[in-house]
Amino acid sequence: MKILVCVTSVPDTTTKITFTDNNTKFNKAGVQFITGPYDDYALARAVELKEKLGASVTVFNVGEADAEPVIRKCLAIGADDAIRVNAEPIDAYFVAEQIAAVAKETPYDLILMGRESIDYNGGQVHGIVGELLGIPSISPVMKLDIDGTTAKMTREIEGGKEDIEAQLPLVLGCQEPIAEWKIPNMRGIMTARTKPLKIVQPAGQDSLTTVASYELPAPRGSVKMIPADEAETLITLLRTEAKVI
Amino acid sequence: MSVLIFAELDEGKLKKSSQEAIFYGSKVAGMLGTSATAVVIGAADQNELATAGRFGATKVLHAADAKLNEVNGMAYASVVAAAAQQEGAKVVVLAKSSLGDAMAARLAGKLKAGLAPNVIDLPDLSNGFRVKTSIYTGKAFAYNELKADVKILAIKKNTIAPEETDATASVEAFTPTVADSDFVLKVTNTEKATGDILLPEADLVVSAGRGLKGPENWGIVEDLAKALHAATACSKPVSDLDWRPHHEHVGQTGIKVSPNLYIAAGISGAIQHLAGVNSSKVIVVINKDPDAPFFKSADYGIVGDVFEVLPKLTKAVQALN
Repeated sequence: MKILVCVTSVPDTTTKITFTDNNTKFNKAGVQFITGPYDDYALARAVELKEKLGASVTVFNVGEADAEPVIRKCLAIGADDAIRVNAEPIDAYFVAEQIAAVAKETPYDLILMGRESIDYNGGQVHGIVGELLGIPSISPVMKLDIDGTTAKMTREIEGGKEDIEAQLPLVLGCQEPIAEWKIPNMRGIMTARTKPLKIVQPAGQDSLTTVASYELPAPRGSVKMIPADEAETLITLLRTEAKVI
Repeated sequence: MSVLIFAELDEGKLKKSSQEAIFYGSKVAGMLGTSATAVVIGAADQNELATAGRFGATKVLHAADAKLNEVNGMAYASVVAAAAQQEGAKVVVLAKSSLGDAMAARLAGKLKAGLAPNVIDLPDLSNGFRVKTSIYTGKAFAYNELKADVKILAIKKNTIAPEETDATASVEAFTPTVADSDFVLKVTNTEKATGDILLPEADLVVSAGRGLKGPENWGIVEDLAKALHAATACSKPVSDLDWRPHHEHVGQTGIKVSPNLYIAAGISGAIQHLAGVNSSKVIVVINKDPDAPFFKSADYGIVGDVFEVLPKLTKAVQALN
Protein backbone atom coordinates (compact mmCIF):
# COMPACT_ATOMS: atom_id res chain seq x y z
CA MET A 1 0.00 0.00 0.00
CA LYS A 2 1.23 3.47 -0.85
CA ILE A 3 0.24 6.39 1.35
CA LEU A 4 0.80 10.07 0.61
CA VAL A 5 0.59 12.37 3.64
CA CYS A 6 0.26 16.06 2.79
CA VAL A 7 1.52 18.36 5.52
CA THR A 8 1.52 22.10 6.07
CA SER A 9 4.15 24.17 7.83
CA VAL A 10 2.15 26.62 9.92
CA PRO A 11 2.69 29.07 12.80
CA ASP A 12 2.54 27.42 16.22
CA THR A 13 -0.95 27.58 17.73
CA THR A 14 0.16 30.07 20.39
CA THR A 15 1.52 32.56 17.82
CA LYS A 16 0.47 36.17 18.09
CA ILE A 17 -0.43 36.98 14.50
CA THR A 18 0.93 40.23 13.03
CA PHE A 19 1.47 41.58 9.52
CA THR A 20 4.06 43.75 7.80
CA ASP A 21 4.38 45.77 4.59
CA ASN A 22 1.23 47.75 5.17
CA ASN A 23 -0.74 44.63 6.16
CA THR A 24 0.08 42.71 3.00
CA LYS A 25 2.53 40.13 4.41
CA PHE A 26 2.44 37.74 7.35
CA ASN A 27 5.16 38.68 9.81
CA LYS A 28 7.35 35.56 10.18
CA ALA A 29 9.79 37.24 12.59
CA GLY A 30 10.10 35.24 15.79
CA VAL A 31 7.36 32.82 14.73
CA GLN A 32 7.90 29.13 15.32
CA PHE A 33 6.60 26.93 12.50
CA ILE A 34 5.17 23.50 13.23
CA THR A 35 3.54 20.66 11.33
CA GLY A 36 -0.17 21.43 11.04
CA PRO A 37 -1.76 19.79 14.13
CA TYR A 38 -4.36 17.98 12.02
CA ASP A 39 -1.67 16.89 9.53
CA ASP A 40 0.22 15.42 12.49
CA TYR A 41 -2.76 13.16 13.21
CA ALA A 42 -2.84 12.06 9.57
CA LEU A 43 0.87 11.29 9.62
CA ALA A 44 0.62 9.38 12.90
CA ARG A 45 -2.15 7.16 11.50
CA ALA A 46 -0.18 6.60 8.27
CA VAL A 47 2.85 5.44 10.28
CA GLU A 48 0.63 3.14 12.36
CA LEU A 49 -0.82 1.61 9.18
CA LYS A 50 2.70 1.17 7.83
CA GLU A 51 3.75 -0.69 10.98
CA LYS A 52 0.62 -2.85 10.93
CA LEU A 53 0.15 -3.55 7.24
CA GLY A 54 3.48 -2.71 5.66
CA ALA A 55 2.90 0.44 3.63
CA SER A 56 5.21 3.07 2.21
CA VAL A 57 4.61 6.59 3.51
CA THR A 58 5.58 9.64 1.46
CA VAL A 59 5.37 13.11 2.97
CA PHE A 60 4.26 15.89 0.65
CA ASN A 61 4.51 19.63 1.12
CA VAL A 62 3.97 22.67 -1.03
CA GLY A 63 6.35 25.21 0.39
CA GLU A 64 9.63 27.00 0.17
CA ALA A 65 12.93 25.82 1.66
CA ASP A 66 11.97 27.09 5.12
CA ALA A 67 9.38 24.25 5.33
CA GLU A 68 12.14 21.62 5.39
CA PRO A 69 12.50 21.34 9.20
CA VAL A 70 8.83 20.33 9.32
CA ILE A 71 9.36 17.79 6.50
CA ARG A 72 12.42 16.31 8.23
CA LYS A 73 10.45 15.97 11.43
CA CYS A 74 7.78 14.00 9.54
CA LEU A 75 10.51 11.73 8.18
CA ALA A 76 11.85 11.32 11.73
CA ILE A 77 8.38 10.25 12.87
CA GLY A 78 8.42 7.40 10.37
CA ALA A 79 7.70 8.51 6.80
CA ASP A 80 9.99 6.90 4.20
CA ASP A 81 10.59 9.73 1.80
CA ALA A 82 9.35 13.22 0.97
CA ILE A 83 8.40 15.46 -1.92
CA ARG A 84 8.48 19.23 -1.65
CA VAL A 85 6.92 21.31 -4.40
CA ASN A 86 9.05 24.41 -4.41
CA ALA A 87 6.38 27.11 -4.34
CA GLU A 88 4.43 29.26 -1.97
CA PRO A 89 1.09 27.54 -1.21
CA ILE A 90 -1.00 30.34 -2.74
CA ASP A 91 -4.47 28.88 -2.39
CA ALA A 92 -6.33 25.59 -1.94
CA TYR A 93 -6.80 24.98 -5.67
CA PHE A 94 -3.12 25.52 -6.40
CA VAL A 95 -2.03 23.14 -3.63
CA ALA A 96 -4.62 20.55 -4.69
CA GLU A 97 -3.34 20.75 -8.26
CA GLN A 98 0.20 20.00 -7.08
CA ILE A 99 -0.98 16.98 -5.08
CA ALA A 100 -3.06 15.74 -8.02
CA ALA A 101 -0.09 16.11 -10.39
CA VAL A 102 2.12 13.95 -8.15
CA ALA A 103 -0.65 11.40 -7.58
CA LYS A 104 -1.29 11.08 -11.32
CA GLU A 105 2.35 10.17 -11.83
CA THR A 106 2.49 7.71 -8.91
CA PRO A 107 -0.91 6.38 -7.84
CA TYR A 108 -1.45 6.28 -4.07
CA ASP A 109 -3.99 4.09 -2.28
CA LEU A 110 -4.51 6.72 0.39
CA ILE A 111 -3.93 10.45 0.32
CA LEU A 112 -4.14 11.73 3.88
CA MET A 113 -3.97 15.26 5.24
CA GLY A 114 -5.36 17.28 8.11
CA ARG A 115 -9.00 18.34 7.93
CA GLU A 116 -7.75 21.91 7.48
CA SER A 117 -4.58 23.95 7.78
CA ILE A 118 -4.55 26.17 10.84
CA ASP A 119 -3.48 29.27 8.92
CA TYR A 120 -6.25 29.57 6.32
CA ASN A 121 -8.67 27.05 7.88
CA GLY A 122 -10.18 26.42 4.46
CA GLY A 123 -10.53 22.66 4.77
CA GLN A 124 -10.85 22.50 1.00
CA VAL A 125 -7.72 20.85 -0.36
CA HIS A 126 -8.84 17.22 0.17
CA GLY A 127 -12.12 17.81 -1.64
CA ILE A 128 -10.51 19.50 -4.61
CA VAL A 129 -7.86 16.75 -4.86
CA GLY A 130 -10.63 14.13 -4.81
CA GLU A 131 -12.42 15.96 -7.60
CA LEU A 132 -9.28 16.42 -9.71
CA LEU A 133 -8.42 12.71 -9.36
CA GLY A 134 -12.02 11.54 -9.69
CA ILE A 135 -11.97 9.67 -6.37
CA PRO A 136 -13.99 10.12 -3.15
CA SER A 137 -12.92 12.59 -0.48
CA ILE A 138 -14.07 12.28 3.13
CA SER A 139 -13.52 14.71 6.03
CA PRO A 140 -13.20 15.01 8.99
CA VAL A 141 -12.19 11.40 9.55
CA MET A 142 -11.66 10.45 13.20
CA LYS A 143 -11.10 6.69 12.77
CA LEU A 144 -9.52 4.76 9.91
CA ASP A 145 -8.92 1.04 9.42
CA ILE A 146 -7.94 -0.77 6.25
CA ASP A 147 -9.28 -4.21 5.42
CA GLY A 148 -7.84 -5.37 2.09
CA THR A 149 -8.93 -2.71 -0.38
CA THR A 150 -11.74 -1.40 1.84
CA ALA A 151 -11.34 1.54 4.17
CA LYS A 152 -13.57 1.62 7.25
CA MET A 153 -13.89 5.08 8.66
CA THR A 154 -15.74 7.20 11.17
CA ARG A 155 -16.52 10.74 10.13
CA GLU A 156 -17.70 13.51 12.43
CA ILE A 157 -20.93 15.18 11.38
CA GLU A 158 -22.87 17.95 13.11
CA GLY A 159 -24.00 16.64 16.46
CA GLY A 160 -22.63 13.14 15.93
CA LYS A 161 -20.72 10.78 13.72
CA GLU A 162 -21.19 8.21 10.99
CA ASP A 163 -19.39 5.04 9.97
CA ILE A 164 -18.45 4.83 6.31
CA GLU A 165 -17.00 2.10 4.13
CA ALA A 166 -15.40 2.79 0.77
CA GLN A 167 -12.96 1.25 -1.66
CA LEU A 168 -9.44 2.62 -2.04
CA PRO A 169 -8.12 4.91 -3.43
CA LEU A 170 -9.42 7.73 -1.21
CA VAL A 171 -8.53 11.24 -0.11
CA LEU A 172 -9.12 11.84 3.60
CA GLY A 173 -9.05 14.93 5.81
CA CYS A 174 -8.11 13.71 9.29
CA GLN A 175 -8.64 14.88 12.85
CA GLU A 176 -8.31 13.52 16.38
CA PRO A 177 -8.68 10.85 17.68
CA ILE A 178 -7.56 9.01 14.51
CA ALA A 179 -4.18 8.40 16.18
CA GLU A 180 -1.99 9.76 18.95
CA TRP A 181 0.57 12.33 17.86
CA LYS A 182 4.00 10.75 17.53
CA ILE A 183 7.20 12.30 18.87
CA PRO A 184 10.35 11.47 16.91
CA ASN A 185 12.99 9.46 18.76
CA MET A 186 16.76 9.92 18.41
CA ARG A 187 17.10 7.06 15.93
CA GLY A 188 14.30 8.52 13.82
CA ILE A 189 15.94 11.95 13.83
CA MET A 190 19.29 10.41 12.74
CA THR A 191 17.80 8.34 9.91
CA ALA A 192 15.61 11.24 8.74
CA ARG A 193 18.72 13.15 7.69
CA THR A 194 19.48 10.70 4.91
CA LYS A 195 15.95 9.83 3.78
CA PRO A 196 15.22 11.05 0.22
CA LEU A 197 13.61 14.48 -0.10
CA LYS A 198 12.76 15.25 -3.70
CA ILE A 199 12.26 18.87 -4.69
CA VAL A 200 10.01 19.41 -7.70
CA GLN A 201 8.86 22.49 -9.54
CA PRO A 202 5.15 23.37 -9.41
CA ALA A 203 2.78 22.20 -12.11
CA GLY A 204 2.12 25.50 -13.93
CA GLN A 205 -1.07 27.25 -12.93
CA ASP A 206 -1.90 30.79 -12.08
CA SER A 207 -3.71 31.10 -8.77
CA LEU A 208 -7.45 31.61 -8.80
CA THR A 209 -7.36 33.81 -5.71
CA THR A 210 -4.89 36.14 -4.02
CA VAL A 211 -4.88 37.96 -0.72
CA ALA A 212 -4.99 41.72 -1.30
CA SER A 213 -4.46 42.58 2.37
CA TYR A 214 -4.82 41.39 5.94
CA GLU A 215 -6.42 42.88 9.00
CA LEU A 216 -6.37 42.21 12.73
CA PRO A 217 -9.65 42.12 14.66
CA ALA A 218 -10.57 45.17 16.69
CA PRO A 219 -9.87 44.54 20.37
CA ARG A 220 -12.86 43.67 22.48
CA GLY A 221 -14.05 46.40 24.81
CA SER A 222 -13.14 45.99 28.47
CA VAL A 223 -14.84 43.28 30.45
CA LYS A 224 -17.71 44.22 32.73
CA MET A 225 -17.35 42.35 36.02
CA ILE A 226 -20.41 41.27 37.97
CA PRO A 227 -20.12 40.23 41.64
CA ALA A 228 -20.88 36.52 42.13
CA ASP A 229 -23.61 37.21 44.69
CA GLU A 230 -25.43 39.34 42.11
CA ALA A 231 -24.97 36.81 39.32
CA GLU A 232 -28.61 37.10 38.25
CA THR A 233 -28.05 40.69 37.08
CA LEU A 234 -26.00 39.18 34.24
CA ILE A 235 -29.18 37.79 32.72
CA THR A 236 -30.82 41.23 32.85
CA LEU A 237 -27.75 42.79 31.19
CA LEU A 238 -27.72 40.14 28.47
CA ARG A 239 -31.31 41.03 27.66
CA THR A 240 -31.34 44.81 28.05
CA GLU A 241 -27.76 45.87 27.29
CA ALA A 242 -26.22 43.18 25.06
CA LYS A 243 -29.64 42.21 23.62
CA VAL A 244 -28.62 38.64 22.91
CA ILE A 245 -31.30 36.75 24.85
CA MET B 1 -26.27 34.73 -14.92
CA SER B 2 -28.06 34.45 -11.58
CA VAL B 3 -26.34 33.98 -8.23
CA LEU B 4 -26.81 30.40 -7.12
CA ILE B 5 -27.28 29.41 -3.48
CA PHE B 6 -27.18 25.88 -2.14
CA ALA B 7 -29.82 25.69 0.59
CA GLU B 8 -29.53 22.77 2.97
CA LEU B 9 -32.52 20.96 4.41
CA ASP B 10 -32.87 19.60 7.91
CA GLU B 11 -35.81 17.21 8.16
CA GLY B 12 -37.52 18.80 5.19
CA LYS B 13 -37.06 22.40 6.41
CA LEU B 14 -34.59 25.01 5.17
CA LYS B 15 -31.81 25.30 7.74
CA LYS B 16 -31.43 28.66 9.42
CA SER B 17 -27.89 28.96 8.09
CA SER B 18 -29.28 28.38 4.61
CA GLN B 19 -31.84 31.15 5.02
CA GLU B 20 -28.89 33.38 5.85
CA ALA B 21 -27.05 32.10 2.76
CA ILE B 22 -30.07 32.82 0.55
CA PHE B 23 -30.35 36.35 1.92
CA TYR B 24 -26.61 36.85 1.43
CA GLY B 25 -26.86 35.49 -2.13
CA SER B 26 -29.78 37.77 -2.93
CA LYS B 27 -27.75 40.77 -1.72
CA VAL B 28 -24.84 39.76 -3.98
CA ALA B 29 -27.32 39.28 -6.84
CA GLY B 30 -28.56 42.82 -6.19
CA MET B 31 -25.00 44.15 -6.39
CA LEU B 32 -24.49 42.32 -9.68
CA GLY B 33 -27.87 43.34 -11.10
CA THR B 34 -29.17 39.80 -11.33
CA SER B 35 -31.48 37.45 -9.43
CA ALA B 36 -30.89 34.75 -6.82
CA THR B 37 -31.71 31.10 -7.44
CA ALA B 38 -31.64 28.54 -4.64
CA VAL B 39 -30.88 24.86 -5.20
CA VAL B 40 -32.52 22.50 -2.74
CA ILE B 41 -31.79 18.78 -2.72
CA GLY B 42 -33.91 16.10 -1.08
CA ALA B 43 -37.55 15.62 -0.11
CA ALA B 44 -39.38 18.81 0.92
CA ASP B 45 -42.87 20.16 0.31
CA GLN B 46 -43.48 22.92 -2.21
CA ASN B 47 -44.71 25.45 0.36
CA GLU B 48 -41.55 25.08 2.40
CA LEU B 49 -39.43 25.51 -0.73
CA ALA B 50 -41.33 28.64 -1.73
CA THR B 51 -40.29 30.24 1.59
CA ALA B 52 -36.84 30.70 0.03
CA GLY B 53 -38.54 33.73 -1.55
CA ARG B 54 -38.92 35.35 1.87
CA PHE B 55 -35.14 35.61 2.03
CA GLY B 56 -34.68 36.91 -1.49
CA ALA B 57 -34.57 33.94 -3.88
CA THR B 58 -36.79 34.37 -6.93
CA LYS B 59 -36.51 30.77 -8.02
CA VAL B 60 -35.88 27.40 -6.40
CA LEU B 61 -34.46 24.46 -8.32
CA HIS B 62 -35.60 21.36 -6.49
CA ALA B 63 -33.69 18.12 -7.05
CA ALA B 64 -35.89 15.45 -5.50
CA ASP B 65 -34.59 12.24 -7.09
CA ALA B 66 -35.00 9.53 -4.42
CA LYS B 67 -31.32 8.66 -4.87
CA LEU B 68 -30.54 12.06 -3.35
CA ASN B 69 -32.56 11.59 -0.18
CA GLU B 70 -29.48 10.45 1.68
CA VAL B 71 -27.09 13.36 2.23
CA ASN B 72 -24.10 12.91 -0.09
CA GLY B 73 -21.56 15.71 -0.54
CA MET B 74 -20.19 14.40 -3.83
CA ALA B 75 -23.58 13.85 -5.50
CA TYR B 76 -24.91 17.16 -4.13
CA ALA B 77 -21.88 18.99 -5.54
CA SER B 78 -22.62 17.46 -8.93
CA VAL B 79 -26.23 18.69 -8.72
CA VAL B 80 -25.15 22.23 -7.84
CA ALA B 81 -22.51 22.21 -10.60
CA ALA B 82 -25.22 21.19 -13.10
CA ALA B 83 -27.45 23.98 -11.78
CA ALA B 84 -24.62 26.52 -12.08
CA GLN B 85 -24.17 25.46 -15.68
CA GLN B 86 -27.88 25.64 -16.50
CA GLU B 87 -28.24 29.07 -14.89
CA GLY B 88 -24.90 30.37 -16.12
CA ALA B 89 -24.14 31.27 -12.51
CA LYS B 90 -20.81 32.95 -11.85
CA VAL B 91 -21.26 33.16 -8.07
CA VAL B 92 -22.24 30.20 -5.87
CA VAL B 93 -23.01 30.73 -2.16
CA LEU B 94 -23.15 28.04 0.53
CA ALA B 95 -23.45 28.18 4.31
CA LYS B 96 -20.54 26.57 6.09
CA SER B 97 -21.41 23.17 7.54
CA SER B 98 -19.89 19.74 7.28
CA LEU B 99 -21.95 19.22 4.12
CA GLY B 100 -21.41 22.76 2.77
CA ASP B 101 -17.64 22.54 3.21
CA ALA B 102 -17.42 19.16 1.46
CA MET B 103 -19.55 20.43 -1.43
CA ALA B 104 -17.69 23.74 -1.80
CA ALA B 105 -14.40 21.93 -2.34
CA ARG B 106 -15.74 19.41 -4.86
CA LEU B 107 -17.53 22.27 -6.67
CA ALA B 108 -14.34 24.34 -6.82
CA GLY B 109 -12.65 21.35 -8.45
CA LYS B 110 -15.48 20.86 -10.95
CA LEU B 111 -15.89 24.51 -11.91
CA LYS B 112 -12.25 25.54 -11.48
CA ALA B 113 -13.62 28.27 -9.29
CA GLY B 114 -12.01 30.80 -6.97
CA LEU B 115 -13.11 29.69 -3.55
CA ALA B 116 -13.38 31.84 -0.44
CA PRO B 117 -13.89 29.78 2.73
CA ASN B 118 -15.05 31.40 6.01
CA VAL B 119 -16.58 34.49 4.40
CA ILE B 120 -17.73 37.02 6.99
CA ASP B 121 -18.98 39.98 4.96
CA LEU B 122 -20.58 40.96 1.66
CA PRO B 123 -18.12 41.22 -1.25
CA ASP B 124 -16.59 44.51 -2.37
CA LEU B 125 -17.07 44.85 -6.13
CA SER B 126 -15.53 48.30 -6.51
CA ASN B 127 -12.24 46.86 -7.70
CA GLY B 128 -12.58 43.29 -8.91
CA PHE B 129 -14.28 40.82 -6.57
CA ARG B 130 -12.95 41.09 -3.04
CA VAL B 131 -14.29 39.27 -0.03
CA LYS B 132 -13.35 39.32 3.65
CA THR B 133 -12.59 35.97 5.26
CA SER B 134 -11.59 34.82 8.71
CA ILE B 135 -8.10 33.25 8.92
CA TYR B 136 -5.74 31.95 11.63
CA THR B 137 -8.80 30.57 13.37
CA GLY B 138 -10.33 33.99 13.83
CA LYS B 139 -7.10 35.66 14.94
CA ALA B 140 -7.00 37.72 11.70
CA PHE B 141 -8.88 38.53 8.51
CA ALA B 142 -7.88 38.42 4.84
CA TYR B 143 -9.29 40.37 1.92
CA ASN B 144 -9.32 37.79 -0.88
CA GLU B 145 -9.34 38.76 -4.50
CA LEU B 146 -11.24 36.08 -6.45
CA LYS B 147 -9.83 36.12 -9.97
CA ALA B 148 -11.48 33.06 -11.50
CA ASP B 149 -14.54 33.32 -13.74
CA VAL B 150 -16.67 31.38 -11.24
CA LYS B 151 -16.58 32.30 -7.55
CA ILE B 152 -17.66 30.18 -4.61
CA LEU B 153 -18.35 31.77 -1.24
CA ALA B 154 -18.74 29.63 1.89
CA ILE B 155 -20.21 31.94 4.51
CA LYS B 156 -19.85 31.67 8.26
CA LYS B 157 -22.81 31.86 10.60
CA ASN B 158 -23.80 35.42 11.55
CA THR B 159 -22.24 36.95 8.44
CA ILE B 160 -25.45 38.80 7.69
CA ALA B 161 -28.78 39.26 9.48
CA PRO B 162 -31.53 38.11 7.10
CA GLU B 163 -34.52 40.40 6.56
CA GLU B 164 -37.73 38.67 5.56
CA THR B 165 -40.39 39.78 3.10
CA ASP B 166 -43.71 38.20 2.04
CA ALA B 167 -42.35 37.13 -1.34
CA THR B 168 -42.50 33.53 -2.48
CA ALA B 169 -40.11 31.82 -4.85
CA SER B 170 -41.21 29.85 -7.90
CA VAL B 171 -40.27 26.19 -7.61
CA GLU B 172 -39.00 24.16 -10.55
CA ALA B 173 -38.15 20.48 -10.56
CA PHE B 174 -34.51 19.94 -11.37
CA THR B 175 -33.39 16.54 -12.66
CA PRO B 176 -29.72 16.54 -13.58
CA THR B 177 -27.87 13.31 -14.31
CA VAL B 178 -25.63 12.35 -11.43
CA ALA B 179 -22.89 9.79 -12.11
CA ASP B 180 -22.91 6.47 -10.23
CA SER B 181 -19.35 7.24 -9.13
CA ASP B 182 -20.85 9.82 -6.74
CA PHE B 183 -22.64 7.05 -4.82
CA VAL B 184 -19.73 4.85 -3.78
CA LEU B 185 -19.54 5.68 -0.05
CA LYS B 186 -21.48 3.26 2.10
CA VAL B 187 -22.72 4.76 5.36
CA THR B 188 -23.08 1.78 7.68
CA ASN B 189 -24.11 3.56 10.87
CA THR B 190 -25.11 7.06 11.98
CA GLU B 191 -25.13 8.34 15.55
CA LYS B 192 -26.67 11.73 15.95
CA ALA B 193 -27.81 13.53 19.05
CA THR B 194 -31.55 14.05 18.66
CA GLY B 195 -33.67 16.80 20.08
CA ASP B 196 -30.62 18.86 21.01
CA ILE B 197 -29.76 22.18 19.42
CA LEU B 198 -26.83 21.60 17.09
CA LEU B 199 -23.73 23.44 18.23
CA PRO B 200 -22.58 24.93 14.88
CA GLU B 201 -26.10 26.29 14.27
CA ALA B 202 -26.80 27.55 17.77
CA ASP B 203 -27.34 31.25 18.53
CA LEU B 204 -26.57 30.68 22.20
CA VAL B 205 -23.93 28.34 23.60
CA VAL B 206 -23.22 27.29 27.19
CA SER B 207 -19.77 25.76 27.44
CA ALA B 208 -17.89 24.27 30.35
CA GLY B 209 -14.39 23.09 31.16
CA ARG B 210 -12.43 21.15 33.72
CA GLY B 211 -13.70 23.51 36.41
CA LEU B 212 -16.83 21.33 36.45
CA LYS B 213 -14.67 18.59 38.02
CA GLY B 214 -16.40 15.64 36.38
CA PRO B 215 -19.02 14.53 33.81
CA GLU B 216 -21.50 13.83 36.62
CA ASN B 217 -21.71 17.58 37.26
CA TRP B 218 -22.88 18.52 33.75
CA GLY B 219 -26.50 18.76 34.90
CA ILE B 220 -26.03 22.41 35.93
CA VAL B 221 -24.60 23.22 32.48
CA GLU B 222 -27.45 21.46 30.72
CA ASP B 223 -30.03 23.16 32.95
CA LEU B 224 -28.82 26.63 31.98
CA ALA B 225 -28.57 25.61 28.31
CA LYS B 226 -32.10 24.25 28.43
CA ALA B 227 -33.50 27.40 30.05
CA LEU B 228 -31.80 29.55 27.39
CA HIS B 229 -32.54 27.16 24.47
CA ALA B 230 -28.78 27.04 24.00
CA ALA B 231 -26.46 24.31 22.77
CA THR B 232 -23.89 22.80 25.12
CA ALA B 233 -20.17 22.78 24.37
CA CYS B 234 -16.94 21.96 26.15
CA SER B 235 -13.19 22.59 26.19
CA LYS B 236 -10.59 20.22 24.70
CA PRO B 237 -9.48 18.64 28.01
CA VAL B 238 -13.10 17.76 28.77
CA SER B 239 -13.49 16.02 25.41
CA ASP B 240 -10.06 14.35 25.74
CA LEU B 241 -11.10 12.99 29.15
CA ASP B 242 -14.29 11.65 27.51
CA TRP B 243 -16.47 13.62 29.89
CA ARG B 244 -18.32 14.93 26.82
CA PRO B 245 -18.49 13.77 23.17
CA HIS B 246 -15.95 15.09 20.68
CA HIS B 247 -18.57 16.92 18.61
CA GLU B 248 -19.04 19.31 21.56
CA HIS B 249 -15.35 20.26 21.69
CA VAL B 250 -14.91 23.93 20.81
CA GLY B 251 -11.46 25.34 19.99
CA GLN B 252 -8.64 25.47 17.52
CA THR B 253 -8.75 21.72 16.84
CA GLY B 254 -12.47 21.37 17.43
CA ILE B 255 -15.62 23.16 16.32
CA LYS B 256 -15.38 26.87 15.66
CA VAL B 257 -18.51 28.67 16.72
CA SER B 258 -19.81 32.18 16.16
CA PRO B 259 -22.97 32.43 18.25
CA ASN B 260 -24.58 35.60 19.56
CA LEU B 261 -23.74 34.52 23.11
CA TYR B 262 -21.00 32.21 24.39
CA ILE B 263 -21.03 31.45 28.12
CA ALA B 264 -17.85 29.78 29.35
CA ALA B 265 -17.94 28.20 32.81
CA GLY B 266 -14.80 26.83 34.41
CA ILE B 267 -12.71 27.33 31.28
CA SER B 268 -9.43 29.20 31.82
CA GLY B 269 -9.23 30.42 28.21
CA ALA B 270 -6.10 28.98 26.61
CA ILE B 271 -5.33 30.68 23.28
CA GLN B 272 -6.35 27.48 21.46
CA HIS B 273 -9.79 27.62 23.06
CA LEU B 274 -10.21 31.32 22.29
CA ALA B 275 -9.46 30.57 18.64
CA GLY B 276 -12.65 28.54 18.44
CA VAL B 277 -14.91 31.14 20.04
CA ASN B 278 -13.44 34.56 19.29
CA SER B 279 -16.00 35.39 16.62
CA SER B 280 -18.84 35.10 19.15
CA LYS B 281 -20.75 38.39 19.51
CA VAL B 282 -20.88 38.39 23.31
CA ILE B 283 -18.67 36.30 25.60
CA VAL B 284 -19.43 35.65 29.28
CA VAL B 285 -16.76 34.08 31.46
CA ILE B 286 -17.41 32.49 34.84
CA ASN B 287 -14.32 31.32 36.71
CA LYS B 288 -13.23 31.15 40.33
CA ASP B 289 -9.73 32.30 39.37
CA PRO B 290 -9.73 36.11 38.88
CA ASP B 291 -6.50 35.76 36.87
CA ALA B 292 -7.99 33.33 34.32
CA PRO B 293 -6.80 34.67 30.92
CA PHE B 294 -10.29 34.25 29.46
CA PHE B 295 -11.51 37.37 31.33
CA LYS B 296 -9.33 39.47 29.02
CA SER B 297 -11.39 38.31 26.03
CA ALA B 298 -14.77 38.51 27.73
CA ASP B 299 -17.55 41.09 27.59
CA TYR B 300 -18.99 40.06 30.95
CA GLY B 301 -17.22 38.26 33.76
CA ILE B 302 -18.12 36.70 37.07
CA VAL B 303 -15.43 35.62 39.50
CA GLY B 304 -17.10 32.86 41.45
CA ASP B 305 -17.81 29.20 41.99
CA VAL B 306 -19.50 27.73 38.90
CA PHE B 307 -21.47 25.36 41.16
CA GLU B 308 -23.16 28.37 42.75
CA VAL B 309 -23.26 30.78 39.82
CA LEU B 310 -24.71 28.50 37.12
CA PRO B 311 -27.85 27.48 39.09
CA LYS B 312 -28.40 31.17 39.95
CA LEU B 313 -28.28 32.09 36.29
CA THR B 314 -30.66 29.27 35.40
CA LYS B 315 -33.14 30.54 37.98
CA ALA B 316 -32.85 34.09 36.67
CA VAL B 317 -33.52 32.93 33.09
CA GLN B 318 -36.51 30.88 34.21
CA ALA B 319 -37.87 33.90 36.10
CA LEU B 320 -37.48 35.98 32.95
CA ASN B 321 -39.33 33.48 30.79
